[in-house]
Amino acid sequence: MTRRWVSFALIAPLLAFLIVSFIVPVLLMLARAVTDRDLDRTWPASAAALRTWDGEGLPPDALARTVAREMLAAHRAGTLNRVANRLNYDLVGSRSLLYTTADRLAAGAPGETLADLARIDRRWARADIWTVMRHADGPLTSYYLLAALDRRIDTGGHILRVPREQAVFVDIFLRTFKIASLVALFCALLGYPVAYLLASLPRRIANPLLILVLLPFWTSALVRTAAWAVLLQTNGVVNDLLQYMGLVDAPVQLIYNRLGVYVAMTHVLLPFFILPLYGVMKGIDPTAMRAASSLGAPPLLAFLKVYLPQSLPGVAAGAVLVFTLAVGYYVTPALVGGGADQMISASIAFYTSQSLNWGMAAALSLLLLLPLLLMLFAGRTMVRTVPA
Amino acid sequence: MMTRRALLALLAPLLLASCGSGSDLRPLTVVGWGGSSQDAHRQAYWSAFSRTTGIPLREDSWRGGVGVIRTKVMGGDTSWDIVQVETEDLILGCEEGLFERLDWSALGGREAFIPTAVHDCGVGAMLWSYVIGYDGDRIKGAGPRNWADFWDVKRFPGKRGMRKTPKYSLEFALLADGVPPDQVYPTLRTPAGIDRAFRKLDEIKPNVVWWSSISQVPDLLGSGEVVMSVTSPGRLVVANRTEGRHFKLRWDGNIYAVDYWVILANSPRKQEAEQLLRFMTRPENQMRLARFIPTGLTNIEANRRVDPKLKRDTPSDPANMTNALELDADFWVEYGDQLTQRFNAWVAR
Amino acid sequence: MKPPRMSFSRFGRLALPGFCALVFAFLMLPILAVIPLSLNPGSFLVFPEEALSLRWYRTLGESPQWTRAFANSFKIATATTLIATPLGTLAAIGLATMRSRAKPIIVALISAPLVVPVVVVAVAFYFLFAPLGLVNSPVGLVVAHTALALPFVVIVVHAALTGLDFGLLRAAASLGAPPLTMIVRILVPLIGPGIAAGAVFAFMTSFDETTIALFIAGPEQRTLPIQMFEGVREEISPAIAAAATLLVVASTLLLGTAELLRRRGERMRSGASAPHVRV
Repeated sequence: MTRRWVSFALIAPLLAFLIVSFIVPVLLMLARAVTDRDLDRTWPASAAALRTWDGEGLPPDALARTVAREMLAAHRAGTLNRVANRLNYDLVGSRSLLYTTADRLAAGAPGETLADLARIDRRWARADIWTVMRHADGPLTSYYLLAALDRRIDTGGHILRVPREQAVFVDIFLRTFKIASLVALFCALLGYPVAYLLASLPRRIANPLLILVLLPFWTSALVRTAAWAVLLQTNGVVNDLLQYMGLVDAPVQLIYNRLGVYVAMTHVLLPFFILPLYGVMKGIDPTAMRAASSLGAPPLLAFLKVYLPQSLPGVAAGAVLVFTLAVGYYVTPALVGGGADQMISASIAFYTSQSLNWGMAAALSLLLLLPLLLMLFAGRTMVRTVPA
Repeated sequence: MMTRRALLALLAPLLLASCGSGSDLRPLTVVGWGGSSQDAHRQAYWSAFSRTTGIPLREDSWRGGVGVIRTKVMGGDTSWDIVQVETEDLILGCEEGLFERLDWSALGGREAFIPTAVHDCGVGAMLWSYVIGYDGDRIKGAGPRNWADFWDVKRFPGKRGMRKTPKYSLEFALLADGVPPDQVYPTLRTPAGIDRAFRKLDEIKPNVVWWSSISQVPDLLGSGEVVMSVTSPGRLVVANRTEGRHFKLRWDGNIYAVDYWVILANSPRKQEAEQLLRFMTRPENQMRLARFIPTGLTNIEANRRVDPKLKRDTPSDPANMTNALELDADFWVEYGDQLTQRFNAWVAR
Repeated sequence: MKPPRMSFSRFGRLALPGFCALVFAFLMLPILAVIPLSLNPGSFLVFPEEALSLRWYRTLGESPQWTRAFANSFKIATATTLIATPLGTLAAIGLATMRSRAKPIIVALISAPLVVPVVVVAVAFYFLFAPLGLVNSPVGLVVAHTALALPFVVIVVHAALTGLDFGLLRAAASLGAPPLTMIVRILVPLIGPGIAAGAVFAFMTSFDETTIALFIAGPEQRTLPIQMFEGVREEISPAIAAAATLLVVASTLLLGTAELLRRRGERMRSGASAPHVRV
């Protein structure tokens, strides 16, 4: 009884630390993807009125009056930018609409009815700005998640695709998953034979060879990416070598394109595939293979029937690990990829530090996390074979 | 809010531990854009400022983005005092109350500066342009004259360097398509106009090498990887001067903009920051900047008195300003996010 | 000059090591190639032909940005190690002695920082720390790096604990020793090398970490990875190769240390636990 409590007491500080400094931040961040407080904190009365409005056609004059009043008040208080920027995310042009309208109201233009507002700017007589406002009335919203999937809600409340040329995120997600899958595949093709060799060699030979995997593993991804950036330059060493060997006549583009991304990411992640697989292969009883051979099975068949199935959990663990790490990579694609090779991490970074649209960054993160969580629940091997 | 407070309580001991390196101890901190422009500012202003006033200066550099400043001010991080910002960041940051409102009388009055350099929250630091640059050693004779020529891959075969942002690229596309400069932004404010700009960019896309840092341009041109490029004049002029290159600039249809100095709202060294701001905008000091980097000056008096030779490669020379277009920061504040995403997707296609 | 004919099985026997040799070359060569590049006397990224030069190392050493970045990384990694090692060690001991059904859940929780995409972690820290004023503070970076380093410490120390004879502890407990005394007096010395190896891994995790640092570090915490990232972005010079070389050497030394510690731990355990079976 006491021993059990001692165990818990020993783990408790770490758990407390992780919950406070890791779990809670991630959850708080994800919460931003579905919350929307810019409008309802700045224009509380308008938000309440928007929530009671049925959303059919154009709003009643009372709602228009409330909005006009709070718009003017926010303009004077210097807080109009919050609403203006939020509405502009959804409907580009809303920002200047709000600012010019607020300026006119401040100059004495009447804002008692919808018609008054429409006299200031015709756009107030259109349904879309009001729909966008209603969609932003908080405290919860589907706007960010829909936008992250290239969808939006139209005036009738239907979920539509955004126009093709504005649809970007689905493509980037697909590209992210494609790059990560292919990198996992390359790692499997290169890594399986290596893990097999290491597991079948006697320890005395395998251990020094293992260093060749561990050293890259513990050299930071950045340093290795930087090394590739140096080597793959148009006038770099690899190009010199290719020309020297007569494989190409002129330098070829090896970096700032998909090729560079695949090479560098496979290199960076290969140890993450080899190590867990090696762990699994070490646990496979070699007598089974020997038994199969002694019963007359040709080596290839014995391998396929006996060894391969037993090593598959290791392959799965390694592939899942590589895929998981690859989808979240930021540094490597940023340094060796071109514009067509940026993964969703680049969009997340854009919305975090360049733009002020943090809800969008959170929504993209949430969507990135979803398939990973599913995979984690699917493959519990993961946890057991995390590389040590 | 509750959770945040609880977190703060838990992290408080750590916070206290970090307070030792608080802002009281650090010197006045000025933040530029790195590279040759930061070098120029150091040589023209900062060294002299510290020498004459005895106020020590610390430098930092950044790559823009009002989000960075918002985080600092919101989070109570007071490590920066005076920052060089682009117009969009100036507008957004000023609205959010991230910057001090300037005391213009102390700076010599609003009328002492060119109009675009004057803003409630910022004063123009430098006036610069994006122009066409090419290597005179590779294109002999008549080079490209304007954006239509830039787009003409038959007469000038080879790759073009362009900045990998919708900003500038869309404007240049419309200029190449024959839109007069004063109609560029009105056109871009319509969906049809945006589509038109992208269609024009489609034409040249197979021949474009996109660059992300202006420091790549001299290499791209020098190595012949591109035959011409969108560029700011500074680095090419410096390369001509110091390395004997023969880079040429075409100013027709250039886009010009002003970078501003702002003082952060939570600066603990406001008075010293104001002192530095006054120092950097005084005519006799600003004139020095032109010696270190070809840039337009924002102080009218400095502009009048500066050696005309130093103006030749800057937007301050009226001869350079035919068909010139002032960057519309309001447009980019409003359309920036959407067009950046669309542009990146377009580049990737 | 014909190659000797080879039977299929013999070919097969050579194909595997041959293929693996190529993969090992792929893994190691990029890391090794930066070393000669960094010794280049000129400013081009080619292998030096005649003279070697330490010019680019001098450039690093004389540049205040690089030296400050190194100092920052060192400080942050040290703080991370000091927090992560005791927390992780205690938890590993707790896990090793635990027989609860909650164990898999706890293990999953501890490994979470390893599997959540790093960019998501970075944004989460950014949004958390921004309103708290911890962005641009070393504290934020240390907290974030500690979360990332903890799983490694737990895994390494836990590995050192497996194969340890807990009968010894039970004996001590039956003699009335309080749990803490047991841990400090008996357990920690036994698994000391494992703990040290965990500390090394914690240090390296923080020292190498780029993405989170890019998101939340301010000018005062500009770490070595940030300095490198910017360097590769701005202008790839042999100075980058020199910095990469230094980091590779640092990783090699640390990895070697960790490996030695691990082996020593194994020896110690096999030597130490045997006599106690008789107790």
